[in-house]
Amino acid sequence: MAPEAVVFYVLASIALVSAVMVIWSRNVIHSAIYLVLTFFCVAAVYVLLRAEFVAVVQVLVYAGGILVLFLFAIMLVNLRDPLGSRLGVHATLSGIVGVSVVGMILYVYSTGRLARSLTLGPPTTGGGGNIQLLGDALYRDYLLPFEIASILLLVAMIGAIVLARQKY
Amino acid sequence: MPVPASHILVFSLLLFSVGVLGVLTRRNAIVILMSIELMMNAANINFIAFSQRLQNMVGQVFSVFTIAVAAGEVAVGLAVVLALFRNRDTVYVDEVHVMKG
Repeated sequence: MAPEAVVFYVLASIALVSAVMVIWSRNVIHSAIYLVLTFFCVAAVYVLLRAEFVAVVQVLVYAGGILVLFLFAIMLVNLRDPLGSRLGVHATLSGIVGVSVVGMILYVYSTGRLARSLTLGPPTTGGGGNIQLLGDALYRDYLLPFEIASILLLVAMIGAIVLARQKY
Repeated sequence: MPVPASHILVFSLLLFSVGVLGVLTRRNAIVILMSIELMMNAANINFIAFSQRLQNMVGQVFSVFTIAVAAGEVAVGLAVVLALFRNRDTVYVDEVHVMKG
């Protein structure tokens, strides 16, 4: 097996195991740490798929920003009952829903023409990767959505400040 | 080096279903938000995989947008959790069943 393929399968396994640990571990701090492990593995998968810029953004935004937000929120709310925070009654129902989601999407995949292979490996466009192509697409064809995304972030920031304010 | 596209899609499918299970089974609102992040990551993997498969940058552009939306979503979501904890003294979603303030 090619080395890139081995790396992909190892990363995918680590990401899946730590994703399961995110929802399985009883301590919320442990969930956050497993979440950052998942994010790093997914970022490495992005590098394998030749999306270097998205991988860097993933590490910066998810592992750098979102995880710090999560940790702040966990420390601001002191959990009175850290153990036993799992629903027992709906476990069977949730399992049925999860398995049927997997089956449904697998069925769709099996009917599609997805058998052809993806090519993993280092970028062929030089040392900088495909950042220039991404920048061209982002600032030429998708300039308006890009600006709208900045407005969305501004609105989210103001909304978060208003919601988390002490007094109304 | 070839990896079947279906394997990457199945990887993202499994990641997504783990997120679905987390949303459905956990009571803690913070862990539910983490599970939503897992699902968004799975969607991003699909975007990137198809972008690479079709030799088209649009998938990567949209995954950048998804990451921006995820950042805004988690900021607002955690602010809601904080407001919830301040008003109701709980972060467990099954204890919040009244919408009147």
